[in-house]
Parts: sequence; C-alpha cells; structure tokens
Amino acid sequence: MTILPAILLQVIPQTDDYIRILPILVLAIFGIGVMVLDPLVDEEQSQKTLGIIAFVGTVVALLSTWYMAHSPGLAFSNTIRIDSFSVFFNFLVIAIAAVVILSSFEYMAVQRIRAGEYYALILFGVVGMSLMSSAIELVLIFIGLEISSISTYILAGFRRNEASSSESSLKYFLLGSFATAFFLYGVALMFGATGSTNIDIISQKIPTASSPVLVFTAMALMFVGLGFKVAAAPFHIWTPDVYEGAPAPVVGFMSTAPKAAAFAVLLRVVFAINAPGRFWFLWVAAALSMTLGNIGALVQSNVKRLLAYSSIAHAGYLLVAFAMTSPENSVTGISAAMFYTAAYAAMNVGAFAVVSHFANAGEKYVTLEDYEGMGRSSPLLAAALTFFLLSLIGIPITGGFFAKFYVFSAALRANLVWLTLIGVVNSAIGAYYYLRIIVAMYMRESRKEVPVTPISFGLGLALSLSLLATLYLGILPNRVLQIAQHSATDLLPQPSTPNSNVAQSPTSTAVPSQ
Amino acid sequence: MNDALGPYILSLITFAPLAGAVLLTFLPRRDRDIRVVAFLVSLITFGFSLHLPVHFHRGLQGFQFEIDKQWIASPNIHYHMAIDGISMWLVVLTTFLTPLCVLISWKSVHDRVKEFFILLLILETALIGVFTSLDLFLFYFFWEATLIPMALLIGVFGHERKVYAAVKFFMYTMIASVFMLAAILWLYAQTGSFDFVVIRDQIAKGAIPNFPAAAQWLFLGFFLAFAVKVPLFPFHTWLPDAHVEAPTAGSVLLAGVLLKMGTYGMLRFNLGLFPDQSRHNAPWIMTLALIGIIYGALVAMVQPNMKKLIAYSSVSHLGFVVLGIFSFTQSGLNGAMFVMLAHGISTGGLFMLAGILHERRHTYEISEFGGLASPMPVYAVSYLFIVLASVGLPLLNGFVGEFLVLNGAFQAKPIYGILGATGVIWSACYLLWMFQRVFYGKVTNPVNNAMADMRGFEKAAVWPCAIAALVMGIAPILWLAAIDPSVHDALAPFCQTISKVVMQ
Repeated sequence: MTILPAILLQVIPQTDDYIRILPILVLAIFGIGVMVLDPLVDEEQSQKTLGIIAFVGTVVALLSTWYMAHSPGLAFSNTIRIDSFSVFFNFLVIAIAAVVILSSFEYMAVQRIRAGEYYALILFGVVGMSLMSSAIELVLIFIGLEISSISTYILAGFRRNEASSSESSLKYFLLGSFATAFFLYGVALMFGATGSTNIDIISQKIPTASSPVLVFTAMALMFVGLGFKVAAAPFHIWTPDVYEGAPAPVVGFMSTAPKAAAFAVLLRVVFAINAPGRFWFLWVAAALSMTLGNIGALVQSNVKRLLAYSSIAHAGYLLVAFAMTSPENSVTGISAAMFYTAAYAAMNVGAFAVVSHFANAGEKYVTLEDYEGMGRSSPLLAAALTFFLLSLIGIPITGGFFAKFYVFSAALRANLVWLTLIGVVNSAIGAYYYLRIIVAMYMRESRKEVPVTPISFGLGLALSLSLLATLYLGILPNRVLQIAQHSATDLLPQPSTPNSNVAQSPTSTAVPSQ
Repeated sequence: MNDALGPYILSLITFAPLAGAVLLTFLPRRDRDIRVVAFLVSLITFGFSLHLPVHFHRGLQGFQFEIDKQWIASPNIHYHMAIDGISMWLVVLTTFLTPLCVLISWKSVHDRVKEFFILLLILETALIGVFTSLDLFLFYFFWEATLIPMALLIGVFGHERKVYAAVKFFMYTMIASVFMLAAILWLYAQTGSFDFVVIRDQIAKGAIPNFPAAAQWLFLGFFLAFAVKVPLFPFHTWLPDAHVEAPTAGSVLLAGVLLKMGTYGMLRFNLGLFPDQSRHNAPWIMTLALIGIIYGALVAMVQPNMKKLIAYSSVSHLGFVVLGIFSFTQSGLNGAMFVMLAHGISTGGLFMLAGILHERRHTYEISEFGGLASPMPVYAVSYLFIVLASVGLPLLNGFVGEFLVLNGAFQAKPIYGILGATGVIWSACYLLWMFQRVFYGKVTNPVNNAMADMRGFEKAAVWPCAIAALVMGIAPILWLAAIDPSVHDALAPFCQTISKVVMQ
C-alpha cells in the first residue's frame, strides 16, 4: 500500500465508503439475483418465489439503511453524503418498494404477468432513487435519476397486451427523456457558472458567481426536469395518461417513490444550493399544480385518472413548503416537505393497493361505476380505501392532515398568506372528488356485476402496513417531524458559508418565534 | 373541586362513546345485542356527564375540570380540555340526546345496524370534543371529525336524495371551515400557541404586532365557518336538504347539537378572541340574524313537507341565538344559551315525532295526513306538548330563552327587539297551523285509520324531551345559575369597551 502515492489512496474506496452505499449494493445484488433466478424457476412458481426474494431484498436493504445511519459522512470522493436527510429518504423509498412488492404478489398472479423482470426492475429503480437521495454531486444525481426513470418507463408498460399500457410507457419515456435532458442542461450551465457540480461547492460559490443570469437559468432548467418527475404543473400533462395505462401497483410505486427521490433532489437543489430568484417560479408552480390538479380531478370517472390528478394536486401542496426564502423558515419548510412526502407515500401506496385489487383481471374495473356497492360487497377493502381517501382529503387522525397542516403553517410562518389561502381552498375543493369515491362505495347500490375476490395475505399485509403508517403519522407525528427537522438542519449549508445564521434555526423551530 | 375524577372526567365523557364504538366493531352482527350495547354506552356516558353539573362550582370564574397535557411538541399542540357554564350544558345536551337517538332508531334502522350505531357513537365523541376542547387545534380536530360520521349517517341511512344531501352538507361545511383553519394557523404562526386562553390574553394585551391589520380577516375566517354551521341566512341552504334526507337520529343530532357548534363557536371564539371586531361587525350580523328569523319562519309556513318545516323553523330559532349573542348584553347571551338548549330539546323531540310518522307511512308530506288525533291520541298529545314548547308558551322551555334574547336585543337597539319579537308570532303560526292540518278534523286519508299509536320505545325517546322542556320552563334557574357567571366572563371585554367610551 505504501507504494501508492498519497493522492491515489484518497481515491481508492475504503470500507466506510461501501457502508455508506450499503442499501444500494444490497438492492442491486438482490435485483441481479432475481434476474438470474428468473429462468430457473418455472412459470407457476416464479410469481411467489421471486416476489418473496425481492421483498426480502427490501427488508435487508432497510436493515442496512439502519446500519448505514450509524456511520454518517462523505463517501466516494465527496460525491455521496450520508446524513439524516439521506437516511430519511433512503428509508422512505425502500419502504415504499417493500409495500408495493407485497401488494404486487396478488396482482401479478391475477394479471398473469411473468414476474421476473418486474421485481428486478422495482429493485433497480430503488437503487436509482437511493442514489438520488444520497448523492450531493449533480452528475451522480443525474445517473440516479436515469436509473430510476428507465426502470419506471419499463414498469409502466408491463401490461404488454394492453395498448394503453404501451402508450403509457412510450409517452412517459419520450417526455421523461426530454425532461431529464433539461435537467442535464441545467447541470451543465451550473457548472459553467460556478465551476463545480458538487452541491456543497456550488452553494459556496453562488454568492460570488460572476453571472447571476446563468445561475438563474441553470436553476430554472433543473427545476423543469425535476418538476416533470414530481408531476408539478405546468409539467404535469403526462400524468393522467401514464397513470391510467400503467399497472395499478406500479402507479402506486411511481406516484410515490420516484417522486420522493425527486423531491429529495429538489430540496437539495433549492435549499442546499440556496439559489437566488427561485421564489416566484416555485410559488407559481405550487399554485398552478394545486389548482389544475384539483380541477382536473373533479370531472374524472376513472379512479386511476382521478388519483393521477390528485397526485398533481399533492405535488402542489408539497411545493408550497419550498417557497421559503429565509433560513429560519427553511427548516420549517424542509421538514414540512419531508413529512408530507412520507405521509403521501403511506396513503397513496395504500390507496393504489386497494385499487389494484379491485381492478381484477385485465384491469377491467377501475371506473367509479365499478366501485358502487363495494361498501357492501367487500367491506374491509372499502373501509381501508375510505381511510386512505380521508387522509388524502386531510381529515384529522390521518397522516394527510398533519402533512397539510405542517405545510400550511410553515407557509404562514413565512407570511405566504395568499399561497396558503389558495392551498386551503384547494384542499376543500379536493374533498369533493375523493368523496365521490366514498359515496360510490357506500351510498349507491351496485348496478354491475363486479366479481369479489378474497384478500390475499400479501395484500393484507401491505394494506395493514400503509394503514398503520398513515394512522401513526396522524396520531403521533412528533417523532417523524423531529427526524425531519433534524435532517433539515443537516441539509442546509453549514455555518461556515456566508448565510451563517442557519445555525440558530434548530432552536427556533422547537420554540416558534414569539 | 376535591373530587378525584376532576381532571379526567372530561376525557372520560368524551371518549366513552368512542370506546363503545370500538367495542361494537368487535361484536357479532346480532342487531338486538348491538342496540342494547349502544344504548347502554350512551346511557353510561350520560351518567358520567351528570357528574359535571353536580360538581360544577357555580359563581367561579374561568374554566373548570381542566386538563392540560402536551400532545405534540412541535407544533405546540396541547391536549387542553376544560369547560365553563356555557360548554357544560352543551355537553350534557349531547349526552342527553344520544340515548334518545338510540331508542328512536331501535326499530326504524334495520339495515346495517352495526355501522349505524358505530357512526352514532363516533359522532357523539366528536360533538362532545368540540365543546370541551380549549386548544384551537384540538377544537378543529373534533370539528372536522363530526363531519364524516354525520355525512355517512345522511348518505348511507337517509332517504331518496341522500347522496346529494350528504355531499352538499359535507362540502358546505368543509369549504367554510378551511377558512377557520387558515385563521387558526395564522394565530399559531404569530403566537406559537394553539391555546385559547394564551391567544386570548396575548390579543387582549396587544402582544401580537401584526394583529390589527389581520384581525378583521381572522374574525371573518372564524365567523364564516360558524355561520355556515348555524346556519345563518344566507348560508342555510344545505340545512333543509340535509334534514329531509337524514335518518331521524341524524336529524335529531344535527338540529339538536351540530347547529349549536356554530353558535357556541361564535360565542367562544369570535367574541372571546376578537371583541373589537365583534362589536364592529355586530350590525350586519344582527341584521342577517333578523332576516334569518323572519325569512326562516315565512318559508317554514309554506312548506308542504313536515321535516322541511321543522328544518326552516331551526333557521328561525337559531337566528334568535345569533341575535342574542351579538347584542353583547347579559340578558341576550343568557337567552342565547338558553335558546340553544331549549331548541336542542324541543326540535330534537319534533324530529323524533316526525320520524315516527315517517316510519309508518314513509312520507313527510303534511297533506298525506289529517285527523290523526283520533287514531293516535297519545302521539297527538305528545306532539302538541313539544310544539307548544317550541312555540314558546310560558312555563315551557322555549319561552324563557326567547324572552331573554328579545330583552337583550331591545337593550342593544329597540328595533332589533321589535322585529325579533315578530318571529315568536310567526313560529306560533307555522307550528300550530301544521299541527291543525295533521291532527284535527276528520281522518282524510283512510290509510291513516290503521296507524298504530306510539310504541314503548318511542315513548321512552320522546317523553324525556317533554319532561326536560317542562322542567326547563318552570325552573330555568337550574341552568342559568351556571350560565350566568360564564356569560359575565365572556362579556368582560365588552364592558370595558363600554366604560372606555363612557369615560371619554
């Protein structure tokens, strides 16, 4: 070892480096394992066996995330940083994948889809998302974004016999590549403006950047790319079509996990870089997403499309938390956004698990009309879906309530009164279309013969997990919020930078300003 | 106040029905057992709630039976519950009406019985919580929590246009209450507390720098949520639909308690937090209340549907409450409180009686009936008793409240008192006219000859209302003794402003 020059020693990965990407390694290994085993197990067996292997993979990845959390720090030549922020999002995306895999067992069997690549792709997608959550190097983030996107493009087209699924996949792919190109262009311009692609360095250089216009343009372009990924207006047009065609569990996955990862990146880009001039386009994107999402959802009769518009609206509520500019408010904003991502993931994955069960073979039953009388024919699932919908509305004792609550109170703390008003009015409008589903299930008699199938074990487990998570966030939100606040202080630039008053923020969130 | 239950009694009362609801979910679907358990749970809750008036210290200022524990550290949310003379009686009203609701639904609900009683008990918990919470967050939590069981009771167990009515009810109240949420969040952002008492004191001290600029909007945010709930003219259009479509028990709780959430909110929060804005806005609010009294009565007069008639009479009666509250006089507020309680009991009774007819004939159309006094004598007498209570016959409960309110309104401005007094006359007109058309004369529709008189359960549900109406009418002091000091507290900031004006 002594022969190597010192400079090379720094570059060679150490054990710590590997520990800091342990979940990514675990997921990749299990993903490859599933791919290798796929041809070896016969068709009948493959559904269960491979699914269980993939599920075990996510559980092991969760454990390794926990292990990783004990050795925070930088890795791989300062391209990855493990702090409570990255641990939070790693944990979130992997947990989402675990629940989605559980809820897919039954779906894959009912739809008669060969399962091998499906589970592998979910695992690979999560690799990309974990990378996005941990990376602080824009190029690495871009690679993570691509890994996660390519997996989801393919997953969207997994109902191969359906034209709508292929349409969904192709549409997502074409528009998605366009959007990632914008992101990459933004990264390039940012490099031009600051001479680096490392977020830490960029945040130090920005105050003295020679060309503020270049920085602003770079920010705007990156926002276009990420805005597409999180389905924020005005980059939301793809969402309903893609969600309608894609398999229901995949929609549950891609409306939460890649979004969470993209929000993680957006949080880094917006707050860690602390870019100037971002306020108005975040404001406008938030207001537009909430309004267009909710109005679009009002007239939908397909439940998947309805939930697609609802996810646009929720991206809007989340973006409200991004429109903070002062460092003191940033901590509240970031933690509110993180809490929202977690709560949204819990309730939306749950809702889609029920939708994918109701959909049945060939996804024939996905309109509101098919849901009529479900309250009588499958009372448990209807009750579960009702709970998730109430959470999406934002009714107390659900996670959705506290999510909205934190976001709006953060916005009011920052004196964004108009944005808050737009938000609360929108959440009232939103109540109407979620209510339509509940009304259909409980208050109308079924007019069509919709087959009722028993709830399988995997689906039951997935539902109970999401129910528990939603309920937990709705009754005891404190723990998660504290973690989020802790992460928020980790995320913000450290006191050595010019904007050094951040250091006071942890205390000022615990005791709100008098 | 040395009883050991002191700080816990309110939690016990609030969550006993919820515990009962949880118990019901685990019971097998034997309808009879479920009814019995639901009745026992609601009766036990009523028993617990009697602890309050027995141990309540009359003449003591401030809140009693207080419990204040931190629930969530950030944001600073407390589990803060306490009552004063105002909220105490509303809690007791809720626990009094719920067992009666169970009884009146004994036979009339026969489909999805389990779900019905679970929803009813959850609704009771939420309603009690609204009146006992002093933390604004907790208050909003319970406020919204009343919405779902009520909407489901209407939408699942209601009549023909139930879905329309349920959605309309939900959307009206939901949209209005988000403005209250925005106002609550603003107050939190400025004060760092959700505690009613803390915020009230800070506002009174002028410790919130941005407050004067925002006060009017905050007042309106709270007011809109309450006005829709009351419902104050012109926000009342959801009420007749909801009532007509709701099952009987739903109507009873809707008219008896849910509407009072609105007037209670005005009294507690609008007057408590924003005395200056309340005074400033009182003229137009009182005008709306007067329009509500007269318009509600006139519309009630021409209703062909019995339940709609009673619903519009609620609009009229609740107008009295708002009139009394915004008169800012001791007498007016005492009267407002008393009308709330009296209306809860007599209108609750009327809805039960209307439900009894509906169960037999499946219609509320007044023209379908006539001369019912001869086939159903006991029913007719009970009906007349409750109608007279509602009309405001002296020695029955309606009279006391209306008299006090009108007295207060007259002190505030004579014209309000004069116009308000016409409402009393109108109510006699529409209720007695309805009574005459339904019960007197010959039996016009031969089907009605075969109608059975009141059954045991129905008597057990309606007669307690009649007895309560009588006791409240003869000895209102039993109630007013606790109400009066709390109203005096609530009016304290207004007396100061008056004395300021006088001194200048």
